Amino acid sequence: MQKAISDLNINFMGKRKLAMVVSIILLLISLGSVLTRGLSLGIDFTGGTLVEVGYTEAVELAKVRQVLAAEGFGDATVQHFGTSRDVLVRLAPKSELQGAELSDRAFSALKSAEGGEATLRRVEFVGPQVGDELTEDGGLAMLYALIGILVYVALRFEYRFALGSVIALIHDVVITVGIFSLFQIEFDLTVLAAVLAVIGYSLNDTIVVYDRIRENFRKMRKGDPVEIINRSLNQTLSRTLKTSLTTLLVLISLFVFGGEIIHGFAFALIIGVIVGTYSSIYVASTSVLMLGISKQDLMPVVKEGAEADAEP
Amino acid sequence: MNRYPLWKNLLVVVLVLLGLVYALPNVFDQDPSLEIAGNRRAIVDTATEGRIRSRLSEAGIQIKSADLSQDKLLVRFGNSEDQLRAKELLETALGGDYTQALTLSTDVPGWLQSLGALPMYLGLDLRGGIHVLIDVDMDAAVAQAMERYNGDIRTQLREERLRYSRVSTEGDAIVVEFQEAALRDQALDVIADEFRDLTTTTRDEAGEFLIEARMGPTKQREVQKFALDQNITTLRNRVNALGVSEPVIQQQGSRRIVVQLPGAQDPSKLKELLGATATLEYRLEDTEHSVEDALAGKVPIGSRLYKTRDGRPILLKKRVIVTGNQITDASSGFDQRSGSPMVSVSLDSQGARRMRNVTTENVNKPMAVVFIETRKETRLVDGKPVTRKVQVEEVISVANILEPFGRRFQTTGLDSPEEAHDLALLLRAGALAAPIDIVEERTIGPSLGQDNIDQGFESVVIGLILVMIFMAVYYKVFGLVANLALMMNLVFIVAVLSMLQATLTLPGIAGIVLTVGMAVDANVLIFERIREEIRVGSTPQASIYAGYEKAFSTIVDANITTLIAAVVLFSFGTGPIKGFAVTLFIGILTSMFTAIVGTRAVINKIYGGRRVARLSI
Repeated sequence: MQKAISDLNINFMGKRKLAMVVSIILLLISLGSVLTRGLSLGIDFTGGTLVEVGYTEAVELAKVRQVLAAEGFGDATVQHFGTSRDVLVRLAPKSELQGAELSDRAFSALKSAEGGEATLRRVEFVGPQVGDELTEDGGLAMLYALIGILVYVALRFEYRFALGSVIALIHDVVITVGIFSLFQIEFDLTVLAAVLAVIGYSLNDTIVVYDRIRENFRKMRKGDPVEIINRSLNQTLSRTLKTSLTTLLVLISLFVFGGEIIHGFAFALIIGVIVGTYSSIYVASTSVLMLGISKQDLMPVVKEGAEADAEP
Repeated sequence: MNRYPLWKNLLVVVLVLLGLVYALPNVFDQDPSLEIAGNRRAIVDTATEGRIRSRLSEAGIQIKSADLSQDKLLVRFGNSEDQLRAKELLETALGGDYTQALTLSTDVPGWLQSLGALPMYLGLDLRGGIHVLIDVDMDAAVAQAMERYNGDIRTQLREERLRYSRVSTEGDAIVVEFQEAALRDQALDVIADEFRDLTTTTRDEAGEFLIEARMGPTKQREVQKFALDQNITTLRNRVNALGVSEPVIQQQGSRRIVVQLPGAQDPSKLKELLGATATLEYRLEDTEHSVEDALAGKVPIGSRLYKTRDGRPILLKKRVIVTGNQITDASSGFDQRSGSPMVSVSLDSQGARRMRNVTTENVNKPMAVVFIETRKETRLVDGKPVTRKVQVEEVISVANILEPFGRRFQTTGLDSPEEAHDLALLLRAGALAAPIDIVEERTIGPSLGQDNIDQGFESVVIGLILVMIFMAVYYKVFGLVANLALMMNLVFIVAVLSMLQATLTLPGIAGIVLTVGMAVDANVLIFERIREEIRVGSTPQASIYAGYEKAFSTIVDANITTLIAAVVLFSFGTGPIKGFAVTLFIGILTSMFTAIVGTRAVINKIYGGRRVARLSI
């Protein structure tokens, strides 16, 4: 098995046009979905009130709805959360009540639903202005992360590599967010954190590939850029797949065993890792190729490379 | 070849030992407990302990242990539901003379604690509790200040007998209108002199002569900062009454306050506290009658018994001299003569007149300030919620009247600048509190907290085992070494989190899980390089050497970019996201150490400095 992977000589770049078409289609679907369907934003962003109640016995949602409607919460959405004993209630804002008081009222109503003793598991109330700020901060954070990375990669490598990695990152983020939009999976604060972590992870992958590309450009006397990049991808393929696999293993463990609250987070990262692995091979490498990287471009930095090699 | 110098091996050993010691406290159980102490007259002794024990066993609440030390009783419970039930039960059973605080207590032995080794600080999503974000209405704070200036300017002009036709507040300016220009110019001098915080401009308009006074930006900022500080101080006072052991009350941003009550359960209680209103009363102390008699039940007519903040009884006259809404300003500073901390207070004209009359007649007698807080409290009576008003009255300051005074006076003889600062904030609390609004609330019940811990722990362990199996199968001996490093990495993450007492949250656990997955990346990179070297025909020793050398800069580059993402997450994120960023950051740093230096040390021990025919990789 070991030999099989190491001796591979897949012509990755030969299929780059096909990959590009696939990527563009995925991007278009994602963007289209985000623009037309939008994201199913969690209350972290929209503001609102959410109450999670645990009962000692299984409860029927219809009965919970009845009890809530009797108290004037007819427009609340009710769903099971994890088990049939846990109920998650989302409350629409009420003008006469402050959000913080809303949850108290709803909980006392929920206590009277059949299902044994009810315990309050969680209350979340987010005011609309906090949600707006969060959306703004989230966008800014994404931007800062991208700028920071762009600068670092440009300093360590070359501007074409920086552009290539950022193109790959935008590709990964858009597709991950697109899948959340397409399937209308709730997008909350933890998912945003996961998307930012995807940026870190995907870049990690890309940098490893770039590192090898740079090394091979300097080392290999013959060969055009396509050959050199192909060689580099084949050399790093085994590592790329293994790291993605170990990361996926823990993420699946998190998704399955980590509990309901962490589901969105784990799911976003699983998507991100898969897309990120693909993009480090195709998007990142294709980008530098199309931006016209050549042997000469990498020679002036040889001094810096020599320094890095001398580090312990 | 491939041998570490002694110092490097020692460094690894020392760090590993340190990591183990500081991670160790997390192995011990943390029990939800109640800390019961007597306030004022009541003391906690063995009799109290017996009473508490029998009460709890009657109600069928199991206790793990009860330790009496230094007038405090620490009762531990098996779970937080018991703890909360016990607290409710004991509140009625013990009455108001005892305070109870919810805490988590650990079995960490003394020698570890003396090294500063503590368990990780669990976030609210893991231990349960209430998180509230409060917004202070800054515009209202500024508007209130403007209203005060408006009133003060009127009073001042009236006192100086400068006839104005109108004083009004228009937008950010106070506009004073006069019929004559000469009068206006005189008034301008007075206002500029008396109200130095205001900037004044003049304007003539259709036969009217106007002065516009505005608050400068510095003063506005000062007013806003004061509003925030004052809210934080009053919140702290109120929250302390809730009996939560480690409440967090912190400023967030320029106009928000975070209140966190770990272990607390009932958000409605906190909201009642937040909705409380406060006022003040200045009263003379009744020195003619004895406090002892009053305590025995013979309270003289015209007087009332109060308590000071430290619980000392004090007899005050019923007649109120001045109330809180007659105070226009209070600020702390230092007395120019003695240099001791003081609070200077300003009254409105009506209050000033009353104060002058009373103080003239009562020189050298003590005067007290009573702080009164009113709030609604809902309690369950026969299963029905009953709301009633609760009033807390407390004497916050007693001082001798040295000489008659009116509009402005100082209270000196305070112990510390902090005390002066707090008193000034309390004095302003009555009329000047800027309105507050809850803009975010997150309450996590204790059962969910425990579930989060269990599920988080489970997913870390299962993820770890899966990765370790993969590594062992794929890289054999090298894989086992990487697994050792992986486990050490977990120990280091836990140790660093414990040392920093950074808050561990559920997303934080997710961060740990993620680093477990990514930490092996460094080893995969190194081991793949070693295999490559072997394939091109290098000797085993040279392959190990080259593998580590060549992979190093790649690992650093790849990790630094993830660090950038972690730093951005930390600086922008709020609570839950911060927790994720912290563990991700720490995890990347520790994994670089364990995966590069740690594995190398072990590999060197196994293969280094001898002839090796082939590597098990």
